[in-house]
Amino acid sequence: MPVKIGLFIPCYIDQFYPQVGIATLELLEKLGCRVEYPAGQTCCGQPMANTGCEQDATTTYQHFVQLFHAFDYVVAPSGSCVYHVRKHYDIIEQTEEVKRVRKNTLDLAEFLLDVLQVKRLEARFPHKVGLHQSCHGLRGLRLGSGSERILEPSSKLNTLLRMVAGIELVELTRADECCGFGGTFAINEPAISVKMGKDRIADHERQGVEVLTAGDMSCLMHLEGIIRRQRKTIQVKHIAEILNGASL
Amino acid sequence: MNEHAQKAAEFIRDESRTDWHDEALWFVRTKRDKASHGIPEWEELRELASQVKDNVLSNLDQYLEQFESRAVQNGVHVHWAADAEAHNRIVYSILEKHQVQRLVKSKSMLTEECHLNEYLIERGVEVVDTDLGERIIQLKEEPPSHIVMPAIHLKKEEVGELFHEKLHTKKGATDPKYLTEAARQHLRQKFLAAQAAITGVNFAIAETGGVVVCTNEGNADMGVHLAPVQIHCMGIEKILPRAEHLGIFTRLLARSATGQPITIYTSHYHRPRPDGEMHIVIVDNGRTAQLGREDFRNSLKCIRCGACMNTCPIYRRSGGHSYGSTVPGPIGSILTPGIDLKKYSGLPFASTLCGSCSDVCPVKINIHEQLYRWRQVITQEGHLPPAKRQSMKWAGRVLPSTSWYNFFGKLVSWAIRRFPRPFLYNRFNEWGKERELPQPPRQSFKEWHRQREA
Amino acid sequence: MSRNSILAAIQKNKPAEKPLPAIPSFANGKAAPIDIFTSMVEVGGGQVIRDTNSHNLNTTIKKLFPEAKRIASPLPAVERNVDLDQLPSPGELESVDLAVVRGQIGVAENGAVWVTEENCGHRVLPFITQHLIILLNPSDIVHNMHEAYERIQVDATGFGLFIAGPSKTADIEQSLVIGAQGARSLTVVLEAV
Ligand code: SF4
Repeated sequence: MPVKIGLFIPCYIDQFYPQVGIATLELLEKLGCRVEYPAGQTCCGQPMANTGCEQDATTTYQHFVQLFHAFDYVVAPSGSCVYHVRKHYDIIEQTEEVKRVRKNTLDLAEFLLDVLQVKRLEARFPHKVGLHQSCHGLRGLRLGSGSERILEPSSKLNTLLRMVAGIELVELTRADECCGFGGTFAINEPAISVKMGKDRIADHERQGVEVLTAGDMSCLMHLEGIIRRQRKTIQVKHIAEILNGASL
Repeated sequence: MNEHAQKAAEFIRDESRTDWHDEALWFVRTKRDKASHGIPEWEELRELASQVKDNVLSNLDQYLEQFESRAVQNGVHVHWAADAEAHNRIVYSILEKHQVQRLVKSKSMLTEECHLNEYLIERGVEVVDTDLGERIIQLKEEPPSHIVMPAIHLKKEEVGELFHEKLHTKKGATDPKYLTEAARQHLRQKFLAAQAAITGVNFAIAETGGVVVCTNEGNADMGVHLAPVQIHCMGIEKILPRAEHLGIFTRLLARSATGQPITIYTSHYHRPRPDGEMHIVIVDNGRTAQLGREDFRNSLKCIRCGACMNTCPIYRRSGGHSYGSTVPGPIGSILTPGIDLKKYSGLPFASTLCGSCSDVCPVKINIHEQLYRWRQVITQEGHLPPAKRQSMKWAGRVLPSTSWYNFFGKLVSWAIRRFPRPFLYNRFNEWGKERELPQPPRQSFKEWHRQREA
Repeated sequence: MSRNSILAAIQKNKPAEKPLPAIPSFANGKAAPIDIFTSMVEVGGGQVIRDTNSHNLNTTIKKLFPEAKRIASPLPAVERNVDLDQLPSPGELESVDLAVVRGQIGVAENGAVWVTEENCGHRVLPFITQHLIILLNPSDIVHNMHEAYERIQVDATGFGLFIAGPSKTADIEQSLVIGAQGARSLTVVLEAV
């Protein structure tokens, strides 16, 4: 394939969940993509901006653009970071490079379905899986219709998971309620943040879920933190891991 | 910790009550989903409603003048109030002229915002809120916790106790039917004795000079048609250009609010009764200022359906009182900072920016985007707590630098791996109070990748 | 003066002109189904009685409300015993058991019926009465609110409203209670055509 793909691995995945980055890279390569990982990358700048300090984030934005503008696509296993680049990089000067990066930065699921038009995957995951619809991907990038809008129901993540052999996807009582992570919200409002997380986990548990998956590892970091503290058996896996053929 | 976070933490301490509150509101959200799924053109209606409101905001002065002149032709007295104080003064002067001592009110968030009740009671007027929920919280001397369901935070046992004390219902009685009947008898006496009635306004029609009020209980009409003086208080943003636009908004309002296809009563008032007097008070109270804020003026499209509260996972788990503002929840958190930015600088942070509010909103207000924008304004105006401000400045320097980023990443991972638990999990670690920190791997992705390339 | 300062502030702060969108009628053109109307009135907590004509109207009323002692109606065809023209004060209507009024338009999508003060004798009647009957010609049922507003002129009278059921509330723990401050029941009587 002639296109050049730049891989962006969000800071917390790089530091804490390398297996998610590895799965993303391997999956893209398996599907025949030429992927480059610019080693100078850091973060998309969202933590500052969501705290109200987007002005402090502009240098980080520039850094991101500088690293990625030469690629045809920038792919990241995070709807949240992608949403941030696309939506909020509007405060820096809109040079051709910036416009290009904002247009071509895609979440992994979008890239697989909209660009690669993947129809089949070589993956098997014979487990009961609950999909957490991370908000920025769902309502920011519109990776699905969402329960609020009166549209034909759809979900890109769901479509991809259904390509995995042996997987059993459950229906949740609340299909797409927020997990309570919310970036610095998790530390500013810890009581509600944790309560929201507990409630999400309980919904998955009631459906007998073995593995809770999502398109954003940040949600899963928060949920996993609660799961481990409460010594629950339910596990978390980023969707890239499942699509790449992970096993438990 | 900001005020909302503190109050929310207090609210959550009673977990089963939090669950009850969350479920009660989620139930309303579910009813809303069901009702709107019955309307295939729902999304189109939302878009139309939003566009009509855009037009209204861009011609608000003309529409208000048109509204006023039609209303005056209809024999209505029209008053203008720049702020809450002026509004209260105008209402009181009308009451004074008619020597009104007993007043009934139906639901109005505007008079709540202006603290009209206190103002009138201080001046010796008996003020009775007649919406059942409003009456409950009035007797309990609390502010409403929700704009559509003011007493949603109370359990029937609490209402039973309150009614026993104030309305002399049987001790221990908690049956909503019985309690509602008691309120009916009590309120009928108040309606019959009232010398004036005040209502809020859902919609005002520029073309005809009339106002529309929606209720389920019929309390607005019981008040208005029995008392010789009727007063309707409205914010300037309630205007719709023509009666035909009511078609869109009446289809959206009740379905969004409670999941009903329409409120039981949708009353259109254009002229006073032959023996009565009709007043309309048009209020600014900060709205024109909000109109001037490009990023936030869309908040004036709000039709006060409350759907954003019902869907908000934070509102549901912290209750309306945790916001400390007249209008709580997502819409309150974008309206209230416009009134007093310093005082309410915590509210735009009482959100994960999940965006559910914006998608549920029948007039498509981009609520979560405005929350994000208010956060930026709060920092610019210097209202972000200094510690947070500093750490973000610091992050702003570290994150664009590959080497600093790599260094700190390593440092954090190393610290989590090596430091003993009590060192990591202390009272400064808000994350770790009820959550484990992530377990850092031996190798970051970057390191793995470098190795692989080599 | 508040008025001028408010208008001036709006002029200064308002956004650039945005056009009004055209409003489609969203109706499918076919006659509005009585069945939908009926089921929506029921959703609102009311009931619909069909096929009543001027001959059996009073029998129907008696059958529905055998206990009603004080009956008020501006309609001469209704057997009534409250004189709406000679009211010392509207509060007198507090003791009315049953009111019978004519509705002008029914709306299938939500079971609402348009009624004006001219249909009521006194504005407070449909609220203060314990029970309410609205007579409606089934050919006056439209699909939705857009069609309804097309047909009515909201300021033709000083007061008009849509009624979609009996007075109700859910203000205590979200449990639905019929009969809050207004009428305890609503019956829409569809006349035979
Ligand atoms: S902001 Fe939208 S959803 Fe919230 S109360 Fe207003 S109209 Fe309803």
